[in-house]
Amino acid sequence: MKIKKKDIEYVANLSRIELSEIEKETFVHQLNDILSYIEKLNRLNTETVKPMSCAIDVTNIFREDIVEPSISLEDTQLNAPAIKGVFFKVPKVIE
Amino acid sequence: MRLSEYTALQIKKKIISREIRPIDLVEHFIKRIKDIDHDIQAYLTINEEETIKKAAQIQKKIENGENVGILAGIPIGIKDNICTKGLHTTCASKILENFIPPYDAFVVKRLKEEDAIILGKTNLDEFAMGSSTENSSFKITRNPWNSDYVPGGSSGGSAAAIAADLSILALGSDTGGSVRQPAAFCGVVGVKPTYGRVSRFGLIAFGSSLDQIGTLTRDVKDAAILLQVIAGHDLRDSTSMQVPVPDYLNEIDSGVHGLRIGIPKEYFDAGLNEDVHNALKNALRMYEQFGAKVVEISLPHTEFAVAVYYIVANAEASSNLARYDGVRYGYRTSKPNGIIDMYCHTRSEGFGNEVKRRIMLGNYALSSGYYDAYYLKASKVRNLIKNDFDVAFQNVDCIICPTSPVPGFKIGERAKNPLEMYLSDIYTIPANLTGIPGISVPCGFSKEGLPIGMQILGKHFEEKKLLQIAYAFERETDFHMKKPVLKWSTD
Repeated sequence: MKIKKKDIEYVANLSRIELSEIEKETFVHQLNDILSYIEKLNRLNTETVKPMSCAIDVTNIFREDIVEPSISLEDTQLNAPAIKGVFFKVPKVIE
Repeated sequence: MRLSEYTALQIKKKIISREIRPIDLVEHFIKRIKDIDHDIQAYLTINEEETIKKAAQIQKKIENGENVGILAGIPIGIKDNICTKGLHTTCASKILENFIPPYDAFVVKRLKEEDAIILGKTNLDEFAMGSSTENSSFKITRNPWNSDYVPGGSSGGSAAAIAADLSILALGSDTGGSVRQPAAFCGVVGVKPTYGRVSRFGLIAFGSSLDQIGTLTRDVKDAAILLQVIAGHDLRDSTSMQVPVPDYLNEIDSGVHGLRIGIPKEYFDAGLNEDVHNALKNALRMYEQFGAKVVEISLPHTEFAVAVYYIVANAEASSNLARYDGVRYGYRTSKPNGIIDMYCHTRSEGFGNEVKRRIMLGNYALSSGYYDAYYLKASKVRNLIKNDFDVAFQNVDCIICPTSPVPGFKIGERAKNPLEMYLSDIYTIPANLTGIPGISVPCGFSKEGLPIGMQILGKHFEEKKLLQIAYAFERETDFHMKKPVLKWSTD
């Protein structure tokens, strides 16, 4: 078992996800299953292999610095759970 | 022949010649959806009012002799992770249940410019994470060929809609096979274009280095015409490439004489279902009769593709899904106790199990102390897999293999074991890791009567050649013309 319950709790906190005790137990098993399958990558020697992050050759893409219309303030707020004036309203951030 | 059975090219002729009115066509589809979709559950949203309004507008244009777009009056279903302005786009997730995009995805804008009619939004695995459409938070889509079976996924709603004649065209997205595998399971044609061929602007992100929007259609020519409309460069997606879009329909019948087809020996191992194997053998014999040369090739790192994919895709997903925090849009928990509590409860209540599992796995693989062992390692093996394909394509024009190792699986059969579900994508994942295009076309049926798909893979930006190769097979076979008997309805 590579992953223990405390690892699940640590990653859940990083992920901002709250898990029930049952969910934690299930994830311990399932993530261990998946990770032990993934272990097979260690059979390959990749010391001299370059990592690949993109499937096609693209480097920086530039365009002319011309201002174009963007979504209106009104439209950006249409889906907001809570707003106040021109702001998105959230619970208290600093105690 | 029912109105809903025509291909886009057939119906287009009838619309232009005024034999069929767009308004009658869309009313036929809306009625059909209302009559039978409660059994199939392909759609999450029906765009009824807009559909009828738009059809009336196009009809007027035709009656007035005005120019119309190349998809004039043709209904299309859009996977519900592609943004449609003013129309719900949920990703089949509770966290986006009430989300109404203030803009159109690039592909949707293109469809509207060509006068296509957005019939509705189709079901998917939540955030496109799955291979069966069972992970939707709202409904389980059934395979029109057999309601005990999954339609595949994650674009299961779009594939089932085409198979059951609930739309003429559909769009899906393909991160690890999510267009091609459901196309195979439902007996329709599915294209995953080259990474960078179609703009991802407005496609809700899952794995950004893998995601690509693709087509689901009744036949290869419809795939060509739909890809023609959605392909091309878009300034708002910096990975969309400035490569000219050829005329996909032109010369589609040029055949395969003299072409070299590679058969990867690793894809025809013991795990392959016998019916799928036989269907593929039959198809390859036909290609030889058409004048192609079939040669065995090796893709030695095939067995590592699933492991690489589930690290890369989930690492990217965990970052992409960090934006769902209940602040600017989407679901927010009620009565949160401070901001951190709001993030945690919003996400725990809003995401389903598979999404949580993938976020956890992705964040674990990216977390301090594990990054090198997982993400970096996977990125390196990804390069080895790409190299396998580069070497193979020096010798062959395309690669042909099964789309899926099995013709299908039953609802619930793989839902409890995530790893088993992941392994069903073994033949489709490499195209996403390497960015190459792939097409799945119907090539037979299993003993149980389920459709079987053949996958054709090509070099970057060689969609035109793939369509030609697929069409060479399709024009000599009738697998794509077979229709499921919808025995649970009064069809």
